[in-house]
Amino acid sequence: MKAVTSRFLSWAILGAVVLLSGCERPPMLSEQHGYRGTGMVQVKNPRTVEEQAANNTPPFALPAAPTDGPRASQAYKNVQVLGGLSTAQFTRLMVSMTSWVAPNEGCVYCHNPVNFAEDSKYTKVVARRMIQMTQHINSDWSQHVSTTGVTCYTCHRGNNIPQQVWFKKDTSPMGADFMGDRAGQNEPAASVGLSSLPNDPFTPFLLGSQDIRVNGTTALPHDNRHSIKQAEWTYGLMTHMSESLGVNCTYCHNTRSFASWEGSPPQRSTAWYGIRMVRDVNLQYIDSLLGTFPSHRLGETGDVAKVYCATCHQGVNKPLNGAKMVESYPELKTTTASPDVKVSKR
Amino acid sequence: MPQYQNLFTAVQVTGPTSDGIPLGRGNDPRVGKPFMLHLAGRLGNAQIGPIYLGSFGVASLIFGALAINIMGMNMLASVNFDPIQFIRQLFWLALEPPAPQYGLHLPPLNQGGWWMISGLFLTVSILLWWVRTYRRARQLGMGTHVPWAFVGAIWLYLVLGFFRPLLMGCWCEAVPFGIFPHLDWTAAFSLRYGNLFYNPFHALSIVFLYGSVLLFAMHGATILAVSRYGGEREIEQIVDRGTASERAALFWRWTMGFNATMESIHRWAWWFAVLCPLVGGIGILLTGTVVDNWYLWAVKHGVAPPYPNVFPAVVDPATLIGGKP
Repeated sequence: MKAVTSRFLSWAILGAVVLLSGCERPPMLSEQHGYRGTGMVQVKNPRTVEEQAANNTPPFALPAAPTDGPRASQAYKNVQVLGGLSTAQFTRLMVSMTSWVAPNEGCVYCHNPVNFAEDSKYTKVVARRMIQMTQHINSDWSQHVSTTGVTCYTCHRGNNIPQQVWFKKDTSPMGADFMGDRAGQNEPAASVGLSSLPNDPFTPFLLGSQDIRVNGTTALPHDNRHSIKQAEWTYGLMTHMSESLGVNCTYCHNTRSFASWEGSPPQRSTAWYGIRMVRDVNLQYIDSLLGTFPSHRLGETGDVAKVYCATCHQGVNKPLNGAKMVESYPELKTTTASPDVKVSKR
Repeated sequence: MPQYQNLFTAVQVTGPTSDGIPLGRGNDPRVGKPFMLHLAGRLGNAQIGPIYLGSFGVASLIFGALAINIMGMNMLASVNFDPIQFIRQLFWLALEPPAPQYGLHLPPLNQGGWWMISGLFLTVSILLWWVRTYRRARQLGMGTHVPWAFVGAIWLYLVLGFFRPLLMGCWCEAVPFGIFPHLDWTAAFSLRYGNLFYNPFHALSIVFLYGSVLLFAMHGATILAVSRYGGEREIEQIVDRGTASERAALFWRWTMGFNATMESIHRWAWWFAVLCPLVGGIGILLTGTVVDNWYLWAVKHGVAPPYPNVFPAVVDPATLIGGKP
């Protein structure tokens, strides 16, 4: 009798340990974010926050360069975007960019060492377009980036290609084409937090502008034809946002009605502009580089690596924990490009 | 002296196996030679078998096996017939209902057609199994409480996969077959229809769900606690209350002022269990057909109370003139 009970208990304990082994250990930090008693809380794992700290520390900024002296466009050839800077400012930015994007490869990652001015490397053409993009984000999307702004480092963090990017999914059915269609979902995909939700919600929402809102605006049915399946796509996008920012749904939404703006935290408005900003960036700046990138940089459907929330945020609600890195690089805050700068093809 | 106070039944009565009562005309013979299994005896009765299959049972199993095989083969095809990936991803895999553009029309096989076929087979299988439970109950001279309780579950199943999609005019509204996918569907259902929390039938269903659990625990605990006085002989004590029955009743009258009886507790249990899918099904059926946004419905009818605003007023940017698209 006794032996049976203790054997049962030891199996039960072992089973419980195995079942719990995939969980994060307590304690968690729970912070109220809204009216009391409405479940408006942000739950954070302090150990994860600690782990992320190193990745979210901005690099040391080079001392500011004098703004006088000859312009970069006079001193160098083929300076299309940053020609208005002083040569000292220009050189400082080039050195900084090297440390942000190609710290191991150095100048030659983008430049031909024999002739720095020529556009023979695709990376140089891409870099020019990306400077324009950075300036555009900082000057035209203040509803999302506020005065914090972005620099190359916000996304790149010392990598040639930002670690968090997305490609369009190949949606053709696997195996036999008369059965087994996944309908773009039902696999443990990291893009939607390992849920079985549609795992490329980016193509319709961050490249296209399909309806993200699926809720009706009236209590009774009135012309709202959005299906539950569409709700799953929205849910997929929102799961990505939540994972990328390391926040719960309630960071932006109120618990009672995800659709209602009344009583929503102000962060929701910032996020709304963020979605439009990412869409704008993907369409205007990223997709336009399709002909520039070599094939080994393209995804399985032959598209360019694109931007989503995780590209900048990388697990925290404010990229680099809100460090105003762009303050040290005022040339990235305003658009300086002449409007006729085109994306040149190799 | 045998005691009944363990998690498992410590005492097992062994003896000749029983085939059950003789069956009348129109019945098939029972299948399998009965045997004793000690481990089964720790949880329930030690005797396994014989099973009554009958033509309805056989037909139900065939349709059920077909349905499960169609789902399984679709899941297997979705991982390119890789058995290892099939097991690793099993909880994520699914057979999805048709896409919205097909409405109530027949979609191609790989875009929901398989879902419709396997759904039909599964429904036929379940209905045949219901007939079987009904006929077996009658043959044993029992009441038909079990089959009618089963109807509660079938009602919810049919609302989710048949009645509601029919009323909505789209098979796409139905539930996918799959472990995580059907859970994600459930969450998406609530998100789409403005928070099911405010659906009163959903609330009632939860009352009966948790209520069933509570009642089950209270009843099970009570009977185990008085089994030392023969309390597990509940049915006899309906008419002949012994000391076990009196003590159990007194316990609840002392602790909460009211007690069920040896008979009525089973009616409580039956109705709580049956009402859970019954009212739940009503709540699902009303969602989308009669009410599109449960939160707004609750605001309209004063169910959702207003809360003080703790944030500065947030305006929907989409309504701002000159706001970015």
